[in-house]
Amino acid sequence: MNVVTLSQLQFAATGMFHWIFVPLTLGLSIMTAWMETKYVTTGDEMWLRMTKFWGKLFLINFALGVVTGITMEFQFGLNWSEYSRFVGDIFGAPLAIEATVAFFLESVFIGVWIFGWNKLSKKVHALSIWLTAIASNVSALVILLANAWMQKPVGYVIRNGRAEMSDFGAVLTNSYGWIKFTHTALSGYALAAFLIMGVSAWHLLRNNESDFFTRSFRMAAVWAFVASMGVAFTGDLHAVVIAEHQPAKFAAMESQWETKKGAGMHLLLVPDAAHERNSLELLYIPNVLSLLAHHDPNAQITGMKTVPPDLRPPVLPTFLSFRVMVGLGTFMILASLVGIILSRKANFSDSRLFLTIMVFAIPAPYIAQQLGWLVSELGRQPWIVFGVMKTADAVSKSISTTQVALSLLGFTVLYGVLGAIDIYLLVKYAKKGPDKDLTSIINVQGRA
Amino acid sequence: MDISVFQIIWFVLWGVLWAVYFMLDGFVFGSGFMATFLAKNDTEKRVLINTVGPVWDGNEVWLVTAGGATFAAFPTTYALMFSNLYSALVLLLFALIVRGVSFEFRAKIDSPVWRRSWDLAIMVSSFLPALLFGVAFGNIFKGIPMKNDFAAINFSYDGTLIGLLNPYGLLTGVLFVLLFAVHGSLYAAIKTTGDLRKRSEEMSSKLWLPLLVVAVAFLGYTYPATKLYDNFLKAPVFLLIPVIAVVSLLLVKVCIAKSSFHKAFLFSCLTIVFVVFTGVTGLFPNLIPSSIDPASNLTIFNSSSSLLTLKIMTVVAGIFVPIVICYKIWVYRLFRGRVSDGDVLENPDAY
Repeated sequence: MNVVTLSQLQFAATGMFHWIFVPLTLGLSIMTAWMETKYVTTGDEMWLRMTKFWGKLFLINFALGVVTGITMEFQFGLNWSEYSRFVGDIFGAPLAIEATVAFFLESVFIGVWIFGWNKLSKKVHALSIWLTAIASNVSALVILLANAWMQKPVGYVIRNGRAEMSDFGAVLTNSYGWIKFTHTALSGYALAAFLIMGVSAWHLLRNNESDFFTRSFRMAAVWAFVASMGVAFTGDLHAVVIAEHQPAKFAAMESQWETKKGAGMHLLLVPDAAHERNSLELLYIPNVLSLLAHHDPNAQITGMKTVPPDLRPPVLPTFLSFRVMVGLGTFMILASLVGIILSRKANFSDSRLFLTIMVFAIPAPYIAQQLGWLVSELGRQPWIVFGVMKTADAVSKSISTTQVALSLLGFTVLYGVLGAIDIYLLVKYAKKGPDKDLTSIINVQGRA
Repeated sequence: MDISVFQIIWFVLWGVLWAVYFMLDGFVFGSGFMATFLAKNDTEKRVLINTVGPVWDGNEVWLVTAGGATFAAFPTTYALMFSNLYSALVLLLFALIVRGVSFEFRAKIDSPVWRRSWDLAIMVSSFLPALLFGVAFGNIFKGIPMKNDFAAINFSYDGTLIGLLNPYGLLTGVLFVLLFAVHGSLYAAIKTTGDLRKRSEEMSSKLWLPLLVVAVAFLGYTYPATKLYDNFLKAPVFLLIPVIAVVSLLLVKVCIAKSSFHKAFLFSCLTIVFVVFTGVTGLFPNLIPSSIDPASNLTIFNSSSSLLTLKIMTVVAGIFVPIVICYKIWVYRLFRGRVSDGDVLENPDAY
């Protein structure tokens, strides 16, 4: 393997690992803030116990999300220095702005929230988790605007041998980025809600703290349904932008080889990239692909055959990732809808089959999100900046295969160990259930 | 305004970001790798971690911002600095990752083996960045073996990880380790109580002399090893910067002798900031000099972003950095005062 492939593997591995923790941070921070707000406004101690319990899981997850994020920022310079030099004028700004505007806020106020229970009034304490939650989400927005620039570069001119900024407003208002952010953030909210539902289901199956976990489940089911619907809606908008700006990615997602007006879709197909065709096609629905891509049943779809072979993304993994992601998304909408209905019934904990399914459904949104990133990044290949710079031209020239192989090995071992410990701790504290005694906090807060 | 004005503004900001980062994370590193010598039991170790608990994460963001600012303002330097120093920086990353999660993980399981393992992890992952940052900056002061043709956009690097471990780089590494060891001990002295406080006070006093010796050696060796003094000889007014660094270091000892540890800590902050300023002033207008070819130096003029980007970044920094400083001061005030054994044992959220 060469430096390019190893660096790609390393970026994919560290990025996907980072993304195990980020979506839960995005969603669970807001939901914890919501619970604490309910506690402050109603005075109901159940909400405080919920804040403490789900907040604990949030914190175990949070640390690893932060530290693995630094790897992402450094890697642009470490492994992709030709890229960094070429696009730094326009791509560096969002990263610096993210740190200054959002990351500081998030990292400072998470400390205030953890250690401030006895030092702040109830309202200011709740404000600190809101600031953390908002800053995490702003952080994600700015980073995804930067990623969107790699997908749909805007507001730049090629000058002095590099891409220079010509219109910062265009970078900030890049529609691709805003759609990507809403799609991604909403899926983070859905992921957090599925975690809450899954953990609650586990306890309900054991008749453990039924009130606590039924209330948690009910709240999460509504969040999960609304967020999953939002994910589907923004996913639809996203497909339109992709079809318009990255027809090759769209063709790979759908394994569409022929350029066609009024194109339909096979519910079941097996791509055969070597022969530029699908080796199996079943269950055809007419016009639906044109409708999805351009919101017009007779619109023309660009097939992969019109894309020169050296500019095609890998079809099979892009196609499979996309299909499975959509399937999981559909499952999430249905499961959360059933969850809303069943959790309102008095004998909810008797729905044992459904509760068992919900425990095993915890990984579903995680897998869907990883696949979503694969579609996004694999589907952009062979470009690192779509239409502007090839991935193969972006890699650092001063690093050797040995160096990257060793760092990839190091990251794999280190992340493997830390990931295993983190998941172990999450499971341990999730199973332990909420603390019964909160008197010390309440007493102190009463005095404040 | 001319682009060079903004290039100079960002050079100054670049120096300030690194200086503030080392001042703030320096005591987290220092108290981290000195914990074995300062804290004698599990509770004391937890107290130490909890003195940095509310602030370490926010302190580390100064590094992310320094990195991001280098990327945005001097992309060519960012690209070449990170890729040329690849192995050293990957090691640094591993250490920073382990350190961050150690604080979070250590308290989560109540087992002596578990906690001792994380104590070891905290020690190594706090010591390594202190040393590596020093070695990296020593080599930046000295220059690294790179050949850059800016017109042809052709860059090459001829160094190795072992090559970074030259005497001057190592001396700077030792300087950083001792600066942070004293800084961390002083922080522990003003943030803890009882025996732990006493041991920290004594440690800061004991380590001061070795620090002074290494600092003098560093200032001396810098003359033959680097070109840092050229700028000071050209404009002697800037000699004020190393003078402040040295005077602050001397005042650290004066304050320790008078048992004014809060003041000693403030002078330790000043020492670190002005040591960094000394190096950065000596570098100007270079960000990273080449040790083999002066035309290959990465300067603020040949590696910067465009005027538009620098202007946008100046506006963003001008608005948000003061806001950040305000709420950071608020947080340090909120968590002022000492952390006692009782605080840690009674608080279920403590690390």
